[in-house]
Amino acid sequence: MLQSRIFRASLLALSLGLAGFGAQAAEITGAGASFPAPVYAKWADAYQKATGNKVNYQSIGSGGGIKQINAKTVDFGASDMPLKQEVLDKDGLVQFPTVIGGVVPVVNVVGVKAGDLRLTGEIVADIYLGKITKWNDKAIAELNPNVKLPGDDIAVVRRADGSGTTFIFTNYLSKASSDWKSKVGEGTAVQWPTGMGGKGNEGVAAFLQRIPNSIGYVEYAYAKQNHLAWTWLKNPAGEFVRPDDDNFKAAAAGADWSKSAFGEILTAQSGKGAWPISGATFILMHKVQDKPAQAAEVLKFFEWSYKNGAKLASDLDYVPLPDSLVKQIAASWANIKDASGKAVK
Amino acid sequence: MSETQAKGRLADLLFFNLTRTVAFITLALLGGIVISLTWSALPSIEKFGFSFLTSSAWNPPADDFGALVPIYGTIITSIIALVIALPISFGIALFLTEMAPTWLRRPLGIAIELLAGIPSIVYGIWGLLVFAPIFGQYVQPFIAQTLGKLPLIGALFSGPSLGIGILAAGIILAIMIIPFIASVMRDVFELVPPMLKESCYGLGGTTWETVSKVVLPYTRVGVIGGVMLGLGRALGETMAVTFVIGNASLLGSFSLFMPGNSITSALANEFAEATPGLYTAALVELGLILFVITFIVLSLSKLLLLSMEKQNGGGAH
Repeated sequence: MLQSRIFRASLLALSLGLAGFGAQAAEITGAGASFPAPVYAKWADAYQKATGNKVNYQSIGSGGGIKQINAKTVDFGASDMPLKQEVLDKDGLVQFPTVIGGVVPVVNVVGVKAGDLRLTGEIVADIYLGKITKWNDKAIAELNPNVKLPGDDIAVVRRADGSGTTFIFTNYLSKASSDWKSKVGEGTAVQWPTGMGGKGNEGVAAFLQRIPNSIGYVEYAYAKQNHLAWTWLKNPAGEFVRPDDDNFKAAAAGADWSKSAFGEILTAQSGKGAWPISGATFILMHKVQDKPAQAAEVLKFFEWSYKNGAKLASDLDYVPLPDSLVKQIAASWANIKDASGKAVK
Repeated sequence: MSETQAKGRLADLLFFNLTRTVAFITLALLGGIVISLTWSALPSIEKFGFSFLTSSAWNPPADDFGALVPIYGTIITSIIALVIALPISFGIALFLTEMAPTWLRRPLGIAIELLAGIPSIVYGIWGLLVFAPIFGQYVQPFIAQTLGKLPLIGALFSGPSLGIGILAAGIILAIMIIPFIASVMRDVFELVPPMLKESCYGLGGTTWETVSKVVLPYTRVGVIGGVMLGLGRALGETMAVTFVIGNASLLGSFSLFMPGNSITSALANEFAEATPGLYTAALVELGLILFVITFIVLSLSKLLLLSMEKQNGGGAH
C-alpha cells in the first residue's frame, strides 16, 4: 500500500516534471505493417527535427502490429488490413487510415510495353484461378484488338509472404469475381490455385523479369520506381483507368468512411476515375488509454504528419489522404479517452 | 587437512555446481520451448488433431490448415541435399587427407571452411538471381531430356523448367551443407593413426581399399556425426530455401521441378502478417512439427550408431 502510494507519487512527480518543463522530449513507440514503414520513418525523422519528440516505429508486419497493440507493448499498432467493427469492439480498439497506396498488375510479355494492355477484374481473377491460361485467350484479345498477343501459357506470379498487398489484391478479386470469392477468398495469404510465389515486391519482380509471358502484382510505388509494364484496369464506373496518384485519390474520395469505423477497403470503388485496387493503411490504438499522456503524443504526431507530411509521402509515391477525410479522423480522436473518460487530446 | 586443500575442495564444489546449473538450464530451456510451442499451438491441435499432418490444405481465409505440403517439402529438399552432398563431401575429404599434395591441403581446407561461413541469405539471393536462371534455362531441360525419359523416376523430372522449385532448393541446400560435412569428414579422417593406414598400404592395399577397409570403419561415428550435422542444417535452413523453393502450398504433382513449400519458409513468409488466432496457432504447430522431425532424425542416428557398435563388439572406436 505504502509502496504503491510512493510509486503513484513519484509517477505524478514525473508527469508534472514532464509537463512543467516541456523541454523533456516525449518518446512514443509503434509497430506493425511494413508497407507504410518508409513513410512513417520519414515522418518520424521530420517530426523529431521539428518538435524534438521521438517516434520509434518497428516494421514487424501487420499481424505483429495487431498482436503488439493487444498486448499493450506499443503506443500504437499499424495494419494494412482494417479490422472489422466487431473485432475493434471486442479488443477495445479504434483505427484510422494514414496514407493510401495502390496495387498494380504488371506483365512481362514480349512486345507489350507499360500501358499497352487493358484488363478487367474478371479476367485477372480467371488468370489467377487458372481458368484463362493463354495470353491470346478470347477474353483478353477482345479487349486488346491492337495488341499482338502470343499464344503462350501465362506464368502466374504472386506474393509468397503474407502481405497487405495480397490482401488488397485478393479483396479486389473477390469483389470482381464470385468464383474467386467462393473458391479462394481474401486475406494477407490465401490458398493460391496456381502460380509461384516470390518473397516481397522484389521477389515478384525478380520472377516477372526472368520468366517470359508472366503476370504479377506489386505495390504502385514499386512498379513506378522500377518501370514495370503496368496494365489498364476497368473500374466499376465502366472506364479504363491507369494507376496514378489522382486515381488512387479518387478511390479514397468516393468512399463513405463514416459508416465502417474507417475500415474502408478502397477496392472496386464506384467513383469516377477511381483505380480499382487501392487501399489505405491503418493505425490501431486503444479506446481507453492507461497512459493518456503517451496517447496524446501519438495523436500529436499524426496530426503533425497529416498537416506537414503530405509532400514527404508523395515523394515516396504514397498518396496522402484527402482533406475531408483528415477532418473526420481528427474528429474521431475525441473517442480516445483515459480511464476516467476524459478525451486524451 | 591443510587450508589450501580445503579451499581447493570448496572451489571444486562450486565449479561442479556451476557447470551442473548451466547444463540443467539448457535442459530447462529445451523443455520451456516445447511447452510454449505446444501451448501456442493448442488451438490448432484441438481443431485439427492428427488430420493436420495429412491434410494438404493451407487456406488462411477459410481457417483450414494442414501441414502435409510443408512437411513433404522439408523432407524431400533435405533428402535431395544429402544425396548430392554426401558423395561430394566424401570426395573432398578423401582428396584433402589422402591424395592432395601437402602444400595444397591448407588453402583448400580453409576455402571449404570459408564456404561454411557465408550467410544463408546470400545463398538465397545468389540462388534466385544467378543459379535459378541458369538452372532453368540449361540444366532442367537437359535433366528432363535424360532422367525425365526414364520409367518410374521420370515423373520426378517432368513439367516446366522454371528454374526455381523443390529440386533447385535441394541443390542450394546441398551446396550449403557440403562444407559442414566435408570439414567434419576431413577432421575425423585425419584422426586415423598413420600406423593403421600404412599397415594396409604395406599389405599391398590401394588407396580405395585403405579408405574403405580402414579409414571408414575407424571413423564411422564421426562421419555419421558430420552427416547428421549437415542434415540438421538442411532441415532447419530458412532463408535460402524461401528464396528458391517457389512457395506454393500445392501438392498437385510429385515432380521435383514444381514449386513447393517447406516448414521454415512457410513460417518465414507468413508469421509476420498472420492474424492472431487459428492462423498463428497453425504456424506455431508447424514449428513444433519441425522440432519433432529434428528430434526423430537425431534419435534415429543415435540408434544407428548404437546398433553399429553392437555389431562390431565395441569396434575400433
